[in-house]
Amino acid sequence: MRLCWYWEIMNMAEQNAGKKGQFPGGQILDFERPLVQIEQQILELEHQQAVTGRDCTAEARELRSTLVTLMKKTYSNLKPWEKVQVARHQKRPQAMDYIQMIVRDFCEINGDRQFRNDKSIITGLGRLAGHKCMIVAHRKGRDIKEKVECYFGCAHPEGYRKALLKMQLAAKFHLPVVCLIDTPGAYPGIGAEERGIAQAIAVNLMEMSRLQTPIVCVVIAEGGSGGALGIGVGDRIAALEHAYYSVITPEGCAAILWKTAEMAPKAAECLKLTPKDLKKLKIIDDIIPEPLGGAHRDPSVAASNLEHYIAESLTRLKRIPTEKLLQQRYDKIRHLGEFFQSGSAATPVKTKRPAALTLPVTGGPVFQSQAVRV
Amino acid sequence: MGKKNQQIDNIQADVDTKKTQTAEVRKVDVPQGLWMKCDKCGEMLYRKEFEENLHCCIKCNKHYRVDARTRVEQLVDPGTFDERLADLTSTDPLEFKDRISYKDRLAQVEKKTGMKEAVIIGKCYIKGRPLVLGVMDPFFIMGSMGSVVGEKISAAAELACEEDLPFIMVTASGGARMMEGMVSLVQMAKTSAALARLDDNGGLYVVVMTDPTTAGVAASFAFLGDIIIAEPGTMIGFAGPRVIWNTVKAELPEGFQTAEFMLEHGFIDRIVDRHDLRNEIARIIDYCGK
Repeated sequence: MRLCWYWEIMNMAEQNAGKKGQFPGGQILDFERPLVQIEQQILELEHQQAVTGRDCTAEARELRSTLVTLMKKTYSNLKPWEKVQVARHQKRPQAMDYIQMIVRDFCEINGDRQFRNDKSIITGLGRLAGHKCMIVAHRKGRDIKEKVECYFGCAHPEGYRKALLKMQLAAKFHLPVVCLIDTPGAYPGIGAEERGIAQAIAVNLMEMSRLQTPIVCVVIAEGGSGGALGIGVGDRIAALEHAYYSVITPEGCAAILWKTAEMAPKAAECLKLTPKDLKKLKIIDDIIPEPLGGAHRDPSVAASNLEHYIAESLTRLKRIPTEKLLQQRYDKIRHLGEFFQSGSAATPVKTKRPAALTLPVTGGPVFQSQAVRV
Repeated sequence: MGKKNQQIDNIQADVDTKKTQTAEVRKVDVPQGLWMKCDKCGEMLYRKEFEENLHCCIKCNKHYRVDARTRVEQLVDPGTFDERLADLTSTDPLEFKDRISYKDRLAQVEKKTGMKEAVIIGKCYIKGRPLVLGVMDPFFIMGSMGSVVGEKISAAAELACEEDLPFIMVTASGGARMMEGMVSLVQMAKTSAALARLDDNGGLYVVVMTDPTTAGVAASFAFLGDIIIAEPGTMIGFAGPRVIWNTVKAELPEGFQTAEFMLEHGFIDRIVDRHDLRNEIARIIDYCGK
């Protein structure tokens, strides 16, 4: 099987990182170079101390504090494209890592009962902070064999059908659903089209909007388009601090609009794909903080933040009666997006009132962030 | 990093050239003028006759793309279309700007197509049967779905629900509208949720897929129809053929991602000629409508 350009880039990045080697974070991103330099200086000092016996503790301490300051500065001002790179970092914890860290007694259940078991989506029962729940998550794979097995986290239709089947099972037994999203997108292949990838995702969107149990979705790294949304409809949607969620990959967007993938950084900026922007646009509800320097530098801290968020969300959502929960979910989804009503030019007026009441008497435009009734 | 970038560029350049080599040239614009040439069979067509033939080739019956207003004229009983929410326009939530800004792009397209957005919805009659109709325009930024399209379709589904009418949706779209970013992606969820309500209410939802019905639109309201019919030769699929080619690097099967292919694989109910659409919709409403 040949891989698409995206995966070739990922592989290449890995090979490069392998050559350059010793950095504890693994792959070195461009903006991390100054940080790496300081880390190397610290290592050298420690080495000198060990060899010559000269006391370098003070110098090392100073360097460490510079490192922390610089790291804070770098990571709090990441550009969108840099965020994308962090989200794709080869050492970034994957769903399986989080499951191992925070889910007790994980019992994987497999298969869509129709075609085959898609390994790019893991489904299973488990206990998360005391809540029995159904975990549905993308799996990207660590080594090359595993990656090929689960198509680098790109699920086939059977993956989405398996996810839905398990979610419906959860609803039957009143278990909440937790979705961990990490995919570049649904798999673009002949088999996927033949088996109706579009239909599989469409049905998931529809059924998740009315699934009779709480659903919490977290984008843990990459949220790639329809492939991510296919398990991403729920009562609470969150993203880790250095994750991204986008309608199209920046490379894909650049290739279409600028005719070159080189413009990917610019496209990333335009697409407003960072958690901060997404929260402003009300696409996600919350941002889950990551440890300094990204989840890959301290996976256990990231995992514990994630656990805390999910546990808190589940506790709250489980208290709401199902009917009310579904109404809230519907209202939330129904109000996504914004538009002007009545086109004549003038300054738009922002309003939160229902549309039926705000129909312009004077003919001026009305800004809508709410559902309209026909 | 420089070397890596170089490598990435090389790969991308490579991919791009292959793309252009393999990309099937799809003519979407029907040339203006008195006469036109069918790009399937080469027949010279007199434009007026072609239009009277519902924008299909007189010789080979190739179905050309039709703009939304014309489609409504072709489908509904004359003078019965009562358009709703015609005044919704995009707010440009991302303040998106590539080579030109999204606002300018919208203005350009509005001037070119005379449409405010890529979909029109309303109440109408087809062969005397009342229904809610939504029609997408493939010429308005490829019929792509942004906030307004999502809102109108959801509102139409709710209207059908409230008034107990069947909802007929004529799809023609390249997918989610990139220039509205994630706001456009979540419209997939929004339309699907509204259709779930219609479904819960026992309402009939019929989808008529027309060229092209792909990506985000295929993966939301287009494939949720109780009955899905398609025009012959319609392109239906999720990923674009080029993207798939780049992944599998192999020849795509003959007729891949066409209506005929989807029928064979069990994902649509019927392929219906444009000339029979009115009859077919009326027949389905008689069987399934309330």
